[in-house]
Amino acid sequence: MSEHEVEHQLSYGFLALILAGLIVLTGVTVGVSYIDWGFLNVPIALFVASSKATLVLLFFMHIKYEGLVIKVSFISTMFFLAIMISFTFWDVAFR
Amino acid sequence: MTTEHQSFYETPAPAGLTGIKAWLLTHDHKRLGLMYLWAVFFWLILALFLGLALRTELMSIGETIMSAEVYNATFTLHGVIMIFLFVIPAIPAIFGNFFLPIQIGADDVFFPRLNLFSWYLFMIGGFFAVIALFAGDGFPDTGWTFYVPFSVSTESNVSLTVTAAFILGMSSMLTGLNFVTTVHRMRVKGMGWMQIPLFTWSLYATAWVQILATPVVSITFVLIILERFLNIGLFDPDKGGDPLLYQHLFWMYSHPAVYIMILPGMGVISEIIPVFSRKAIFGYKGIVVSSMAIAIAGSLVWAHHMYTSGMSDVSVFVFSLLTFLVAIPTAVKVFSWISTMYKGSILMTPPLLLSLVFIYLFTVGGLTGLVLGAAGPDIHVHDTQFVVSHFHFTMFGGTGFAFFAALHFWWPKMFGIMYNFKRAYIGIILATIGFIFHYIPMFILGMQGMPRRYYDYLPQFETGNFLAGFGGYLVVAGVMMMFINLFLSFREKVEAAADPWGGTTLEWSIPSPPPVHNFIDEPVVKDYPYDFSEVIMRSKKEK
Amino acid sequence: MDKPVDKTGIKIGMWIFLYSEIILFGGLFVLYAVYFHMHPESFVEGGLKLDRIFGAINTLVLLVSSFTVAASITAIQRSKKMHAIWFLLFSIGCGCVFLIIKYFEWGAKFAKDLYPNSDTLLDGEPGLNVFFGLYYTITGLHGLHVIIGMVLLLISLILVIKNKVTAERYAMLENSGLYWHLVDLIWIFVFPLFYLVL
Repeated sequence: MSEHEVEHQLSYGFLALILAGLIVLTGVTVGVSYIDWGFLNVPIALFVASSKATLVLLFFMHIKYEGLVIKVSFISTMFFLAIMISFTFWDVAFR
Repeated sequence: MTTEHQSFYETPAPAGLTGIKAWLLTHDHKRLGLMYLWAVFFWLILALFLGLALRTELMSIGETIMSAEVYNATFTLHGVIMIFLFVIPAIPAIFGNFFLPIQIGADDVFFPRLNLFSWYLFMIGGFFAVIALFAGDGFPDTGWTFYVPFSVSTESNVSLTVTAAFILGMSSMLTGLNFVTTVHRMRVKGMGWMQIPLFTWSLYATAWVQILATPVVSITFVLIILERFLNIGLFDPDKGGDPLLYQHLFWMYSHPAVYIMILPGMGVISEIIPVFSRKAIFGYKGIVVSSMAIAIAGSLVWAHHMYTSGMSDVSVFVFSLLTFLVAIPTAVKVFSWISTMYKGSILMTPPLLLSLVFIYLFTVGGLTGLVLGAAGPDIHVHDTQFVVSHFHFTMFGGTGFAFFAALHFWWPKMFGIMYNFKRAYIGIILATIGFIFHYIPMFILGMQGMPRRYYDYLPQFETGNFLAGFGGYLVVAGVMMMFINLFLSFREKVEAAADPWGGTTLEWSIPSPPPVHNFIDEPVVKDYPYDFSEVIMRSKKEK
Repeated sequence: MDKPVDKTGIKIGMWIFLYSEIILFGGLFVLYAVYFHMHPESFVEGGLKLDRIFGAINTLVLLVSSFTVAASITAIQRSKKMHAIWFLLFSIGCGCVFLIIKYFEWGAKFAKDLYPNSDTLLDGEPGLNVFFGLYYTITGLHGLHVIIGMVLLLISLILVIKNKVTAERYAMLENSGLYWHLVDLIWIFVFPLFYLVL
């Protein structure tokens, strides 16, 4: 291929910073689980999990530095997963 | 073109392999395509005769040639083989492997060794299906859908069979992975997305469905096996589960899977029609967009198989509405093919005749699909012979005939020999007439209320079943005639030119059969893949 | 065969494979979502029976191992072979710790008569049976992926030691790393869904 790809290097320090962020978020989600937020319990837990997943994806998995193909196809996969779950609820939620 | 270049038959890849090893360890996408071809031929012919046995059994009331238990196992076996070992792999694995790299000017697929691995998975999957047939308590009698709770409770060999399907799904998924990467990374310099031939485009769309939908059925099959061994109860209402969720998961794959089956067939037809009309395909971009649209919309409609299952009325409404959306891109393709032929200079050949039959049969299949997609009429004909006839019109009349068309279209390229046209025409016509005789009565039987998968029936259905059985014999005779004609071409050895039809895509610019690295000179990409001006000039000069 | 190695292409292939893994677990998440909708109380009850401290420790173990795998790639890019080897060994060790903790967790549940077809689950709330059915299926499948990931990391480690994986060519290490991160990613969702929905 014509374009010469530059490999992206992340320093140990930066990766450690991400790890620290992930550990803090884990602490938050465990801590928050001791408090009853009513119907918000699940959304809060999922929101924190998604933030953690985003950090792993962007930096540990280097998706931030990948080309458009991987970014778009990853988002499409997530979209398909969302459809699998949500469209099943056309049935389950209205029985 | 000089003939001093050796074809891929003479040059093993990787170099140095000899004899049978040159095939069994090859990385060459062309050899792998042919290896798939022979395996698929075997399964197709086997399943064809199983289907014939089923219809023979139904030709008269009561037991004719087999018992009810054998009948149940036979229709399951017919379905499993046809779906997982013929219709899904046939066009992508054979013609996709052989021609996708050539059409984009590459010398192989991106992961050649993975490609070999996929072939082995395919063979192992088939082998497991054979073991399931003879080991233990016999082949499953569940139908190819393996619905719970029966698939969990039946004594027959369900676990082994779904393992086979799991492995075959993996093979199909890895082929898709290979194709997507190949199309993204290996196009020859100068080939943009809008210069990709339509067959490759359809395979690209198919590959994404293979990648994203297949794992759903894999996990569903894993769950069946877990239920059978551990009895967890995830689909058992007594234990808190919901059997309908099995159907949701199953169709989440198996409905997109019907587009895995038909999209490559549509790609084949999109290649053949312009070549024999000597005219650029009408609406190239429309066909590309509709391929992707079918792939996407087709993933949103799975629950239209479940209208009578007891799911909510809201979902019946939503999925029925969405189902109608799929008809739009499909119709775009049919209109494009017909418009391509309009005012073209038509050259009748066996592949074109097969394509015309495809358009006709597939349109009938598609339109009856709308009858089933509409919730009201579906409740009347659900699980009747009408459904059987509908999906055979699309799967056999559609994909099956597209497979025959692809065989007749690319046979001279793959083997460097031409077959006899006259015998081919007779075979095609016989198969088509037989097809109509075979499946039209089933539409009527279904409307009158004869259920599918039944071993016996009421006396008023006897005429229709007899006619259908009679048509079945004609179909098989016609198909066998086509195949025998193709095999005879090996004996007759009529050499085929590099471009016997006057095609414009890259596979026609190289010798038949192709050399091991496909291209001798750097391939030249046309601005528009279906530009026939040169072909027409050439034929004028010859006159 | 003097074509340069197309690293981007190899990565695209690996990512596509990861998509299929995501959807594989996705099927189970569909089941989770529906059964949670059907039996919300039982799921809370089930969640309380799991030990969230064990779960949290396992989460940390996987996160740290993900970090060391990412760091091993940086090390290889900088041609620091010894760093890479130690990072990989540590990651594989983390995988072992994860599995050992999991083993004790499952063992504790078995001791409490909470396993598929146990009397407690058969006689109790149907929702609780489904909760534990899903718990064992998902964590079991996840555990299997941990083992596969460890094997992949081990292969990469051997290749690093043999100088087959270098700063010029490290696709195998990178892809094993991606796989390992995916295992972590799935656990990031499994953990709150089972241990923290209270």
